[in-house]
Amino acid sequence: MNMEIAAFYGFSGLAVISALFILFSRNLIYAAFALFITFLGVAALYVLAGADFLAVTQIMVYVGGILVLLIFGIMLTQKADREAVSSTPNKVLVMVKRQVWGFLVAISLFAFLSFIITTANFKMTGETNISRSTIKTIGVELMTSHLLPFEIAAILLLMALVGAAYLALNRNPVSHD
Amino acid sequence: MINIPVEHYLIVGAALFCIGLAIAVTKQHLIGILLGIELMLNAVNINLIAFSRHDPEKIGGQLFALFVIVVAAAEVTVALAIILRVYGHFRTVEPDKINELKN
Repeated sequence: MNMEIAAFYGFSGLAVISALFILFSRNLIYAAFALFITFLGVAALYVLAGADFLAVTQIMVYVGGILVLLIFGIMLTQKADREAVSSTPNKVLVMVKRQVWGFLVAISLFAFLSFIITTANFKMTGETNISRSTIKTIGVELMTSHLLPFEIAAILLLMALVGAAYLALNRNPVSHD
Repeated sequence: MINIPVEHYLIVGAALFCIGLAIAVTKQHLIGILLGIELMLNAVNINLIAFSRHDPEKIGGQLFALFVIVVAAAEVTVALAIILRVYGHFRTVEPDKINELKN
């Protein structure tokens, strides 16, 4: 049993199992931490595919930025459930129609995609033995042939920053009574 | 260095994409839907990087995945700002209870 194969299947199993935990957990904080484990598993898959820079970017952007932001959002929006007292009726946990359709669509899509992938019979060319770092190649490509998408991404990030700050601004603080 | 076939990466990506789709459809919370969307974007990135393994000269797949990460970061900030505004206005985050445009 090769070490690399064991690592690949271990990390992909970790990612898929924690993704399933997100799907079935009712506590959103637990779901966010399971998403953290999923992101780490995906970053390990990037490393095994030879994309070291992307793995570090994944950890820094997703785990360091997006997940912290999501946990802040969960904490800021879940205060309403604390008002539940004993007079409120208990929630009956039944499968609503949306859940049935969601599972049905997801399972059938997965069956369809795996059928396509297993019958596609890819004939891959090119060297897959990547042993050197990809940082130099990514830097050169970003500054030469991918310069326009790079600049557009910069403008997009600036617009998202300004737009998010404007949207989250509390414009009428007296209406919170 | 033993090569893992590209189909296995694609199967993992497809599984994560379908789980993300199920999360985005079935969660009863706006941020839960956002978690599903992030998972779907990651699953797509796995496909791009698996194919980029076969193109080590100019790694187009990895650059595409980098831009996908940038767009995902921009998307999640704006979506969280909108969710906070919606919560401040409707006092709920259940997508079924937000059913009017004008209040």
